[in-house]
Amino acid sequence: MRIELKPAATVAAALMCAITLIWTSPLLWMAVAAFRPDTGGSIDMASLLPPRHPTLANFAEALESADFLRYYLNTAIVVLGILACQLVTITLAGYAFARLRFPGHQALFYLFLLQLMLVPPILIVPNLTTIVRLGLYDSLLGVMAPYVASAFGTFMMRQTFRTIPRDFEEAAVIDGARLWQLLRYVLLPLAKPGLVAFSIVSVSAHWNEFLWPLMVTSSPENRTLTVGLASFTQGAEGGQQWGLIAAGTLLVALPLLVAFVGFQRQFVNSFLFSGIKG
Amino acid sequence: MSDLARVPSAEVGLPLDRLAALTRGGKAYLLLLPSLAFLILFTYFPILQVLWSSLFHKPYGQAQAGFVGLDNYARVLQDEAFQRALVNNLVYALGTVLPSVVIALVLAVLLNRSTRLNAVLRGLLFSPTLIPLVAAAALFSFVFMPRLGLLDYYLAALGLHGANWIGDPDIALYSLMALTVWKNAGYYMLFYLAGLQAIPEEAHEAATLDGATWWQRLRCVTLPYLKPTTSFVAVIALINAITSIDHVIVLTKGGPNNATKLLLYYIYQNAHEFYDPGKATAATVISVAILLGLSMASLKTLERGASHAD
Repeated sequence: MRIELKPAATVAAALMCAITLIWTSPLLWMAVAAFRPDTGGSIDMASLLPPRHPTLANFAEALESADFLRYYLNTAIVVLGILACQLVTITLAGYAFARLRFPGHQALFYLFLLQLMLVPPILIVPNLTTIVRLGLYDSLLGVMAPYVASAFGTFMMRQTFRTIPRDFEEAAVIDGARLWQLLRYVLLPLAKPGLVAFSIVSVSAHWNEFLWPLMVTSSPENRTLTVGLASFTQGAEGGQQWGLIAAGTLLVALPLLVAFVGFQRQFVNSFLFSGIKG
Repeated sequence: MSDLARVPSAEVGLPLDRLAALTRGGKAYLLLLPSLAFLILFTYFPILQVLWSSLFHKPYGQAQAGFVGLDNYARVLQDEAFQRALVNNLVYALGTVLPSVVIALVLAVLLNRSTRLNAVLRGLLFSPTLIPLVAAAALFSFVFMPRLGLLDYYLAALGLHGANWIGDPDIALYSLMALTVWKNAGYYMLFYLAGLQAIPEEAHEAATLDGATWWQRLRCVTLPYLKPTTSFVAVIALINAITSIDHVIVLTKGGPNNATKLLLYYIYQNAHEFYDPGKATAATVISVAILLGLSMASLKTLERGASHAD
């Protein structure tokens, strides 16, 4: 393939399609099996062909056997709550790092950098102790609290603010604008791409998070989607109800996948940004 | 602008200027305060706290924790399950970082040309990144199911024998590694695609004029340009190999026979199942030390990345 790349372009394209089909087959199976009538663990459960008589029965049963609506609500509260707090903290800190000179600038910058490595999962044990002491155990606030500050978001805003020419601010400052006015009317509107990019990454990360919400909640009414899905599949797996598992998994994964299809370019840009651009 | 502001105070050094610098500093600290407060509460203080509490042991059912010095560390290091977790995690890290980097690079090179088809294929290959690891694990519990599952069903169609992918202690860890690679390779592919876009066209043109083949251009032009991307992707993949265990919890619970026990799962189990805070905290300190060691080694790479856009 490497030598006769140009004449064999069609073959190469077909090959890439085949690779992609195999690669995405678990997702394809999910989409197909979720709509397949319960076959009682029959031999062709693994078939990737669409069912002849598609049904919503699996979804109905999933919604009945687990409180997915509550999980959706909890996840939405957690994800949006975290995002709202983060947007405030990262805007302020990002501005400080981008525009202000102050003693200890470098040291603080490294202190923030360190948090990129010491990702919260590694600190679940002491953080759980802290959450219990704060009286936030088994609450959605407890799920959110460790994420209020974001080193990654701070860097992202720092980079974004740096791309904005200082002339804009200077004009505003000469006009007597205060800092919050400067942020609200000048910088934030110009920093919108950065804010959108960060929001997509933050929402995706916390929508998909599992370990921490599992540790910090105990009652079923505080479960997020991922925690609910894990206990739901455990129940359905015993009964070999694969259609049910596919439907439940689809319910959890679908919102982000749909958003991705709708806003592909923004997603790709944000996820690239999430690597702080290598 | 900042240089203009700095020069006079550096030359004159009046107390008034120093005062101005301090108030400017005060404003910066005030802006950093909300972030710092939460970083201290949930990142820096926990490290001190876990260091301190790793020196105490509170046997289950006992009210008071007693000071035991380094005893918890001795118990952890002598624990066969911990040794196993350490080795497993090393294998897991190598066996996920390398393949996902290579696959990501190959996919990016093959899908680099911007055609409509390639855009669709890229999107599809990226999509596993967007589903929760728990959801991926739920799907793979079917993929890995013996005989009837997705993998065995199609292997049988090809006349190949399947295996007990997550039930066989010799295979289980590799099956989890495959899941991780599947989940992340599309994400890393994005970085390579961006890296490929950044290669100046003249570099390729010059090589072509010199009569370089496709393969030579890839090896001598493309790959050297992608070096920063590779080290960056390797760092993310490595951190990921130490800090995500959702699939272990859902699929194998560290079994069979500790075959899929990873460091963080060991910590989780001791904290959440065995109620042995001594072991959980000591193992956390060891893991944080490992992660910090890796961070120090890679900090330069990341910092270079962070200030890339300056």
